Amino acid sequence: MINAEMIKEKYVRNHPSPFCPGCGGGMVLNAMSRAVEKSGLEKEDVAAVSGIGCAAWIPSPHWRVDTLHTTHGRAVAFASGIKIANRDLEVMVVSGDGDCAGIGGNHLLHGARNNIDLNVLMVNNGLYAMTGGQVAPTTEHGEETLTTPHGNPSSSFEAAEVVKAAGASHVARWTTYHMDELIEEVEKAINTEGFSFIEVLAQCPTRKGKKEGMDGLDMLEWYKNNTSKEKDRDKLYVGTLADIERPELTQEIYRQIEGFRGD
Amino acid sequence: MSEKIKIKIDREFCKGCGICIKYCPRDVLDESDDLNQYDNHFPEVVRSERCISCRRCELYCPDFAIEVKEEKE
Amino acid sequence: MMNPGEYFIEGNIACAEAAMKAGVKFFGGYPITPASEIMNHLSDELPKVGGRFVQMEDEIASIASVIGSSWTGLKSMTATSGPGFSLMQENLGYAVMTETPCVIVNVQRAGPSTGQATKPGTGDVMQSRFGSQGDYEIIALSPNSAQEMFDQTVRAFNLAERYRTPVVMLADAGVGQMREKVTIPGEVEGEERKRPTSDEKEFFDTDDEDYVPPMPDFGDGYELLVTGSTHLGDGTRDTASFSAQDRLVRRLVAKIEENRTEIEDWEEHHVEGADLVVVSYGSMSRPAKGAVQKAREDGKDVGFFRPKTMWPSPEKRLKEIGKNSKVLLVELSLRGYRMEVERCVGSEDFYVHDRLNSLPTIEEVHQKIEEVLR
Repeated sequence: MINAEMIKEKYVRNHPSPFCPGCGGGMVLNAMSRAVEKSGLEKEDVAAVSGIGCAAWIPSPHWRVDTLHTTHGRAVAFASGIKIANRDLEVMVVSGDGDCAGIGGNHLLHGARNNIDLNVLMVNNGLYAMTGGQVAPTTEHGEETLTTPHGNPSSSFEAAEVVKAAGASHVARWTTYHMDELIEEVEKAINTEGFSFIEVLAQCPTRKGKKEGMDGLDMLEWYKNNTSKEKDRDKLYVGTLADIERPELTQEIYRQIEGFRGD
Repeated sequence: MSEKIKIKIDREFCKGCGICIKYCPRDVLDESDDLNQYDNHFPEVVRSERCISCRRCELYCPDFAIEVKEEKE
Repeated sequence: MMNPGEYFIEGNIACAEAAMKAGVKFFGGYPITPASEIMNHLSDELPKVGGRFVQMEDEIASIASVIGSSWTGLKSMTATSGPGFSLMQENLGYAVMTETPCVIVNVQRAGPSTGQATKPGTGDVMQSRFGSQGDYEIIALSPNSAQEMFDQTVRAFNLAERYRTPVVMLADAGVGQMREKVTIPGEVEGEERKRPTSDEKEFFDTDDEDYVPPMPDFGDGYELLVTGSTHLGDGTRDTASFSAQDRLVRRLVAKIEENRTEIEDWEEHHVEGADLVVVSYGSMSRPAKGAVQKAREDGKDVGFFRPKTMWPSPEKRLKEIGKNSKVLLVELSLRGYRMEVERCVGSEDFYVHDRLNSLPTIEEVHQKIEEVLR
């Protein structure tokens, strides 16, 4: 049976984590671990790649699998090398919104275009948390952050919609409030042959919550009240955004290699 | 709580966010008066008889600090 | 892959063939003049020997994919030129910090910036050593012929695997795009990386005399912690302690520095007691060597010295030369290797013949030799 005791024993290390009280990071770690356990994968067949930022610390050093903690924004590119080199590995990428959609935006686009079989969890807290709370590509227009003290003059983009347009096989959005759905979605991503992208809205009580008078719990409640599994114009849609079949890069590369093997 | 269910709270891991207390559908937990080593109010089991072992607390705890144990007879 | 034999091919093709001979199984790259022939050739040939070829979205992603691949146990490489090499610098440092074996070929062109894409230059020598942030040492090789594009590519893989480090091949457009005779051997000597032998747990620290810890692969079940942050022997990040930073960075530097006599390589002729020693490297070393021969035919006591490892530099030998002879550095850039050679041989009786855009004639260098000897 999957329970906290076995998940902690089998998948979690270097705890207590340095994450702030009420941070969503640990919840993402919990969800990933449960999804891997449910999927029946062996742990040694899982590799986790991350970049820089709070979200990058979710797998490294806290997840008990092979982890590659890389440079800022480049996790998808490193992960692509791992996957192409050894297709038997199930490669997870855990990346913050700044890491994934900001500095790493181009790698994200081309990962989706290649439809390479990675599972990308973009942990979206709406700003650059580790460096103090600066504006991110996911910060709403008008929002005050450390570097938009007079309101964000720019606008956010919907990373999940962008990745969908770029051709990823599987795209979804959930929040840390939706733990059951999130676990199920990560398991689906693992079972998808192609680029899977899950945007996980995850609370940052310290950099985002505090300035809005909310703690981690308040932010979970906000997710609950402001998201909808139905298309509702006043609420943010959570659920699957894309689920399509397209040629996958790694398999195509191996198919060509195998074509040269004289049988 | 039936005698078979025990809730273990890891005070060293708990950061006192209160999420488990809020998301327990049976109001089993409450905030402690005591503080742990990080000056956090950890949860306490105050209505143990109400626990149905649904494990929502385990699912929502960001810090792997709470475990529901069902002891077999 | 070409059969053993003699061929009339470009240096870049020799490099690609050597990589396959050395066992490369992954290439990630991005097109750039004058290095593209390496990836063009490998895109065709690598899949035929079971290797993975991928063209990435830029050079940052290229070196990232190479590092990722290396951690699955494959010999991995990329090839680029100056602009791409600049983009790779951060991840080159990551490869140093995580001790990831890989080969980065830089077929140098005339810079700075976009410069002259089809013209040779050697302005990236210092960048290859100092381009990424922080303290580190690196290995960089310098071929001067199509044959050496082959031979040194093989050596680059061997050094990378032996010392668990990125190795830079500092070629230039002159040797990369020149066609000449290349002998491809049947087999080459291949080095394999040090693997864990028993239930070792430390893959980022060692008491071994060579300073090289064993390296397992992803998928081996070691639950590896690989990070570009300062880390302890088991890979755990330690972003604060003096001891972690001191032990790790000192070992990374020592790994190259303390093994430099094994790594250093050069060619020399008539150096002992010469009045003048001409120091040159890369494609520029060929007219330089020709000029030395001409001067010797005139009865002048001129020697020739060519570093084949730019980093670590043949420091000790250069110092000996500087003590006994005048030194003339002949290079295809204004700032390429000058600081390092001058540091070793001393500023007294140190002369430079620099040139941009294209190789000089033998006559041009010969005139400079006469001028220095006058």
